Amino acid sequence: MRASPGSEASLWVLFRGQLRRDLKLAFGQPSELANPLAFFVVVITLFPLGVSPEPGVLAGMAPGVLWIAALLATLLGLEALFRRDRDDGTLEQMVLRAQPLYLPVVARMLAHWMVTGLPLTLLAPVLGGMLNLAPEARLPLMLGLALGTPVLVLLGGVGAALTVGLRTGGVLLALLVLPLFVPVLILGVSAAELAGSGLDPTGPLLWLAAGTSFAITTVPFAIAAALRIGVETG
Amino acid sequence: MSFDSFGEFLAMGGHGFYVWWSYLLTVAVVGFVLIWPLWRRRRFLAEQRGRLRRADALGQQAEVESNAPEA
Amino acid sequence: MKYIPDGLRRLWHRMGSPRWFYETTGSWVPWLAASAALLLGVGTVWGLAYAPPDYLQGDSFRIIYIHVPAAYLAQAGYMLMAVCGVVLLVWRMKLADMVMATVAPVGAAFTFLALATGSIWGKPTWGTYWIWDARITSVLILLFLYLGIMGLRRAIERPEAAGRACAILAIVGVINIPIIKYSVDWWMTLHQPATFSVTSAPAMPPVMWIPLLLNVLGFNLLFAVSVIQGTRTEVLLRERRTRWVTDLCRQERA
Repeated sequence: MRASPGSEASLWVLFRGQLRRDLKLAFGQPSELANPLAFFVVVITLFPLGVSPEPGVLAGMAPGVLWIAALLATLLGLEALFRRDRDDGTLEQMVLRAQPLYLPVVARMLAHWMVTGLPLTLLAPVLGGMLNLAPEARLPLMLGLALGTPVLVLLGGVGAALTVGLRTGGVLLALLVLPLFVPVLILGVSAAELAGSGLDPTGPLLWLAAGTSFAITTVPFAIAAALRIGVETG
Repeated sequence: MSFDSFGEFLAMGGHGFYVWWSYLLTVAVVGFVLIWPLWRRRRFLAEQRGRLRRADALGQQAEVESNAPEA
Repeated sequence: MKYIPDGLRRLWHRMGSPRWFYETTGSWVPWLAASAALLLGVGTVWGLAYAPPDYLQGDSFRIIYIHVPAAYLAQAGYMLMAVCGVVLLVWRMKLADMVMATVAPVGAAFTFLALATGSIWGKPTWGTYWIWDARITSVLILLFLYLGIMGLRRAIERPEAAGRACAILAIVGVINIPIIKYSVDWWMTLHQPATFSVTSAPAMPPVMWIPLLLNVLGFNLLFAVSVIQGTRTEVLLRERRTRWVTDLCRQERA
């Protein structure tokens, strides 16, 4: 049975195909995969060197340092998010296809999160241990990153889509998306801090979860609209 | 009147420095916000006039889309 | 659309025409400017010289008469940009893009003014020029959002693409502003340094708030004058190849 375009089955096939292709491409270039992670580790190494190796001091700033490093590592991968698709014409095909752009965009963001946000989340407790992060804070930190990094990737995706054809992309992209990252940073850090001082971190984590659901449902539309601009007017 | 003399008015109860700096800054920003569009307009008109004059001197039609859409 | 009366619809379509905007608003500017000058003159003189000093802060509170209007316009300007963004994306109205392009630097200027006056006011009140207070921090982030929009517009060469990109960014930003504001407020309750609470002052007497109201209205009109003038210039720049603009330039020369 052949699914007609727009039917549920065909959309699912589209989504899966996009996801598989994106993951295959990402794993085809292990260096691009490893770079944000290496950056994450290096930035965190700088803090004991630059601020203080004192375990007490490190413990106090560990949640903030880990989150800011995660923010910057996410930012690093964004510039390349749609560049290759644009260069080889895939983006144009995506936009001109009959099916809604929403699903391929979600698939693309999901793939990107799986190769950036997810490894960062898994790596965070190890680095947290090196920064003397309180053991109770480890799980809230991971949960916070697991819930927060998708939002970072999605909001970053808007910035990446808006700047996709521009020569001055990088710095501008940081200026566009970093202010939007503020709520995620605040909520994620305070979940870890609350847990670290023996309090209940559920509140900020629930807010983060709400933010993630909201972002997943709405932000891909903005990304799709931004991608359309580049293709239709460019 | 909240002040007895002009000197007291300038002193602002010891806070004159802060109050007057704020107001000075406001005048500067408001001045910029009001003058900048006018300055841009003036520069545009000067440029455009020069362009039209050159086109007229050469006896050419200035580069114009006569029925440009307006919506 | 069929429920909208014909007259209103015609007005909406006419408003979409940059030329109509240029020709209609020219005569508004002197009136708006005069009213702004009157309101600001009365409000500022009243606020600076006639309002009684605050019982806690003394005369430094007189900064409020410029700080509050500036902070208000900083936020209102962003809202206006987002509304223009929606109009541009939904109805493809070019005029909305021109307004949006004009509002960005004006709004950023008022955001800067709100931050600067707030910072100067902070010195006599809190003893320091900068403090990571919730409101100051939110306004600082608002300034970054403005700078982002201005940067994006400068970076994209084709004006049509730039306008639509800025519209999307403004809409994403405006949805985020309350979230940012809420999260920053909440962050402050965790890190409260406890010494300052300007807001706990008792309600202002009329002799103090009437000049504030006058100044807020005056600043609003001032903002309108700047945006109208800026948009008129923007109209000329973008329509410079059309017959009516070249005719206008010839007339101005004669």
